[in-house]
Amino acid sequence: MIDWTHFTPESALLGGLMIGLACALLWLLNGRIAGVIGITAGTFTSSNQERNWRLAFILGLVLSSWLWLMLAPLPVAEVTDNYGLLAAAGLLVGIGARLGSGCTSGHGVCGLARLSVRSLVATLTFMGVAVITVFIVRHLL
Amino acid sequence: MKQHWVLSLSAFICGLLFGLGLLMAGMANPAKVLGFLDIAGLWDPSLALVMIGAIAVAFVAFRVSKTMPQSLLKTKFSWPEATAITRPLLAGSALFGLGWGLVGLCPGPALVLAGTGSVEGLIFIVFMLMGIRLVDYFQAR
Repeated sequence: MIDWTHFTPESALLGGLMIGLACALLWLLNGRIAGVIGITAGTFTSSNQERNWRLAFILGLVLSSWLWLMLAPLPVAEVTDNYGLLAAAGLLVGIGARLGSGCTSGHGVCGLARLSVRSLVATLTFMGVAVITVFIVRHLL
Repeated sequence: MKQHWVLSLSAFICGLLFGLGLLMAGMANPAKVLGFLDIAGLWDPSLALVMIGAIAVAFVAFRVSKTMPQSLLKTKFSWPEATAITRPLLAGSALFGLGWGLVGLCPGPALVLAGTGSVEGLIFIVFMLMGIRLVDYFQAR
């Protein structure tokens, strides 16, 4: 059943267009895929020159809420306060997305936009497992 | 060599725009992401619209770039080369999906959340970075 009270089609589509524009600009200007896990991982291993643009992209992500705050109050973010669960999930996401060569942005947005079959398989896999995980946590446990 | 501060500036702006898009879309709110993944409960389809919007814009950029000899800032387009569906791709994506489904955070939104000063976001990011390094360590051996 659709959750009509929480469904926000206009802001979702607008936000999506902004994310797509960010990916489009990073590609057309820098020639780089806007994959957050890959960009982050590359900050550890790259040469200085390669590291700078990566750190700059991450800094932009981190500071985006500050820019938002200058214009409007921040939207609510509800997240679990179970630190152990957050740590476990963070570790799984780091290991998984690195091993799988991409996350929601690299495979889910850029990969699908490139019509990459490999990214489609990755996206279906992580979406499928995430749906199953939520089903187990919310409806079986 | 390229003026790479220009590449960093452009990456910074892309990161900002990406983060603003996530905030606009509601994707920086893990509860909303979980509402999308919970297809058996009250389902919030917003994330589907985010992906459609983002993919549509990025698709055009990738298409246009095929007729360009190099990026607008005169770098080589870094087309991802891998096309094979491998075990690490599948296993990694599955682990990523598990972590994503547990708390509703993936790398981009987690960085935005951490940027707001959220302890939850920071814990997630610290463990995500450890996960990345763990994979890189074992893959280098």
